[in-house]
Amino acid sequence: MVTPGRVGETTFATPSDREVVITRIVDAPRRLVFEAWTNPEHVPQWLLGPEGWTMPVCEIDLRVGGTWRYVWRKDDGAEMAMSGIYREVVRPERIVSTERWGPEWPETVNTVQLVEAAGRTTITITVLYPSKEARDMALQTGMKEGMNQGFARLDELLGQLA
Amino acid sequence: MRTAAYRRMPSDRLDATFAALADPTRRAILARLATGDASVMELAEPFDMSQPAISKHLKVLERAGLISRGRDAQRRPRRLDAAPLREVLEWAEAYRRNWEANFERLDDLLQQLKDKEKHRGHAR
Repeated sequence: MVTPGRVGETTFATPSDREVVITRIVDAPRRLVFEAWTNPEHVPQWLLGPEGWTMPVCEIDLRVGGTWRYVWRKDDGAEMAMSGIYREVVRPERIVSTERWGPEWPETVNTVQLVEAAGRTTITITVLYPSKEARDMALQTGMKEGMNQGFARLDELLGQLA
Repeated sequence: MRTAAYRRMPSDRLDATFAALADPTRRAILARLATGDASVMELAEPFDMSQPAISKHLKVLERAGLISRGRDAQRRPRRLDAAPLREVLEWAEAYRRNWEANFERLDDLLQQLKDKEKHRGHAR
């Protein structure tokens, strides 16, 4: 399981062959985190990836069987869309939804779990892939924080090359 | 839940790179080559392995575009080609950075929401 770190620290883990788990602790009660995560007014303010992207479309029908759809646009006009269906909605602590990102990508089941303690919230995102191959292909295995040993070594290696 | 920012890479190329990197001997070979070109014999030395076994690993690395052969016809030294490694590492790092960026913006938003709540509380 993931050991949560301090506020402001993002951790990655691959607890099983088909999962990727991302955690982050934020300094806010979970009802606000839930709000930020599920209100279409708020989501485009933060779920943007790197600089240069906006989210002109954010549709959220937050109920079991309801759909969500995000469209991102880059300043050069490039667009990306993602969508899915809610499978479980427990306010303000848990959201389970499917996610599909274009036909060549595998559909995943994402669980967002919010646990509050002393006014802070631990966000745990679990992304479940249909197979290990799908996960590794989509995420390229090396994304864990610190990466695995091989990648740590490669980092050193590239340091030497630079 | 994934961020919008993956740089797409040709997946067959990535597959070859990751498969090549999955083996500790091959990673050790790459680490050795990072310090300079080396012949097959020199590469085999630190490993308790036959030359054919090492050659097999070298073939995998070569196919992934991670190493190439030098000009010296006698020694045929292998040389590290770093571009694919760099690409893979950049790709993985970009994923991590995207989530960092998202969470940093989320932190700001949550602060705003908290402030708003506080104001509302005072107004009451």
